[in-house]
Amino acid sequence: MNRKMRSRLVLVGVALAVLAGCGGGNSDNSGTSSDATANGSGELKASGASFPDAYYQEVISAYKEKAPDVTVTYNAVGSGTGKQEFGKGLTDFAGTDSLVKDDDGVPAGSFVYVPTVAGPITVSYNLSGVDKLQLSPDTLANIFQAKITKWNDPAIAKDNQGVSLPDTSITVAHRSDGSGTTSNFTKYLTAAAPSTWKLGNGDTVAWPSGTQGAEKNTGVAQIIKQTDGAIGYVDYSDALETKLNMAAIKNKDGKFVAPSLEGATAAVAGATVKDDLTYDPLNAAGADSYPITAPTYLLLKNKYDDANTANLVKEYVRYVLTDGQPIAKDVNFASLPSGLQQKALAQLDKVQS
Amino acid sequence: MTTPTTQEEAARPALTSKSDGVRGERLFSWWTLATGLLVLAILALILITTTKQAWPAFQDMGLGFVTSSTWDPNPASGNPVFGALAFIYGTALSSLIALLIGVPISIGIALFLTELAPRRLRGSAVMVVDMLAAIPSVVFGLWGVLVLAPLLVHVYQWIHDVVAPVPGLNIIFGEPIGTGRSFMTAGIILAIMIVPIVTSISREVLSTVPQVNKDAAYALGATQWEMITGAVFPHSFGGLVGAVMLGLGRAMGETIAVSLVIGGATNLTPNVFAGGNSMAAVIVQQFGESTGTFTAALIGLGVVLFAMTVVVNLAARLVVRRAEIRVQGTAT
Repeated sequence: MNRKMRSRLVLVGVALAVLAGCGGGNSDNSGTSSDATANGSGELKASGASFPDAYYQEVISAYKEKAPDVTVTYNAVGSGTGKQEFGKGLTDFAGTDSLVKDDDGVPAGSFVYVPTVAGPITVSYNLSGVDKLQLSPDTLANIFQAKITKWNDPAIAKDNQGVSLPDTSITVAHRSDGSGTTSNFTKYLTAAAPSTWKLGNGDTVAWPSGTQGAEKNTGVAQIIKQTDGAIGYVDYSDALETKLNMAAIKNKDGKFVAPSLEGATAAVAGATVKDDLTYDPLNAAGADSYPITAPTYLLLKNKYDDANTANLVKEYVRYVLTDGQPIAKDVNFASLPSGLQQKALAQLDKVQS
Repeated sequence: MTTPTTQEEAARPALTSKSDGVRGERLFSWWTLATGLLVLAILALILITTTKQAWPAFQDMGLGFVTSSTWDPNPASGNPVFGALAFIYGTALSSLIALLIGVPISIGIALFLTELAPRRLRGSAVMVVDMLAAIPSVVFGLWGVLVLAPLLVHVYQWIHDVVAPVPGLNIIFGEPIGTGRSFMTAGIILAIMIVPIVTSISREVLSTVPQVNKDAAYALGATQWEMITGAVFPHSFGGLVGAVMLGLGRAMGETIAVSLVIGGATNLTPNVFAGGNSMAAVIVQQFGESTGTFTAALIGLGVVLFAMTVVVNLAARLVVRRAEIRVQGTAT
């Protein structure tokens, strides 16, 4: 409901901006129309990750105002399915939270990565009487492995000096569906607590038997919301919408940082970007970095069959990387730091027909 | 006899064209044979294609697929492990709870409607029960998650505290999970979901008991309950088992509602207040993001579920046949 309303507000805002631009004078007007022709006309189909879906839908409705003749659709079918559909040529580009592996059905060397936004994954909890919680990676790993089962465990107390913790049982909530959020969260634990975390990482992991699974971020958020003593990982926008308490996590520099968009952008800036523009902002360096920050990418083909599609894809993605970046904040995603943004724009030159 | 002699014969449809009738007869028998075979063919095709698609997982896991309770598609080291035992157990346990709760209620309603209820009440009572069947399962699931589970936690806690000193019971009614999403909650939701179908079939079955049998029981001085156990149940036992089996089939295959309320944990425990998962729920939860052997393993769950349903149905037929021999003295 909220999201819908917000998207409507954004639409109205964009519409007003366009109107204002039109009213600005003849020169502006001709500028807009020549833009529209430059954007071309046609249809773009895409599918993939559900994590950035809220952002992509916002960008698509905003782009509709700029290029009314271009129809972009994005189906949030999940990263895995998105990659497969892209590999089969069913879609023009794909969204993915994870990198392309050999068995994903996308031939190596046939595509480029374009990072778009990043998002913090929160560790949200519900514990009556405790509004501020700090967790170090090892404690976090032990909670999610059910090695720590009570809130007044000495390990939690050590991270939270001076906070009185009740002896409530911990109910761990996780995703029951395969999810890029699970993948990034477990990758973070693998990176930050290598000697403690034993469950590996992936879209689905073998959680301990006493935990609770629920579908999608909203499902996990709901368990936390209604259960005293619950803790789980939820993406930032759902945690905000459900008004959950979020724990501050100890980052690589030893600082406890609460999830925020600034913290996520700092993590992206602190991450090492590889030549193919993939980067790993999980457990990134930097005093302000929020350590559980997840990247997300678009996959574009190196070579499109016809020039029009190539042009449409490039223009759309250019928009995502420029005018589309400020929209990210409205739906609680972190925009790219300018360095990576420039590299991503340069990546578009590799897309040809 | 070419001309109708009585009025009765005149009222019958004219069977003048003999060849037409024969052709119709042949067509009819072909049509019924074909539809009958079609069901078998569909069943066989489903079994063959799903088994074929699940084969990589069966091959990897061997018998471990049904005897191991480790389900780990992305282990920290080594190959993925797909052991479905915890999910088979979850399906069986939640369905069993559903039957234990749902069947007495359903048969009670059916008996009330056929034997006790005033005639004018019947229509509306039947309508209310049938309306339960019209509620989409996802609504039951959401109701279970939002309303029932948080309420039941307190009931579970109370039961757990009460039976704590009793050995055995304190294991079955163990420490409840904080969210209330458990085998028990899934069983209760399933019980509500199977009540309409079990009730309506039981009602049909019970209403076929001849009035003569009932009157005979009364004539021998039976009370109403004695009449029901002595005359109604023996006559309708087979049909009632059929009704229960249909309910069980629904319970074992139910997906969305169970997925929402059972807790989503890989858990093999006698504690009915703990969270678990069922085969159908796991398939719907994990299919979307699966690839390769993982997908095969999920389809494998479908094959196991299918096999389980067939075995349960065959066992039920056996029970019915035995019981009928015992009760009626003849094999029917």
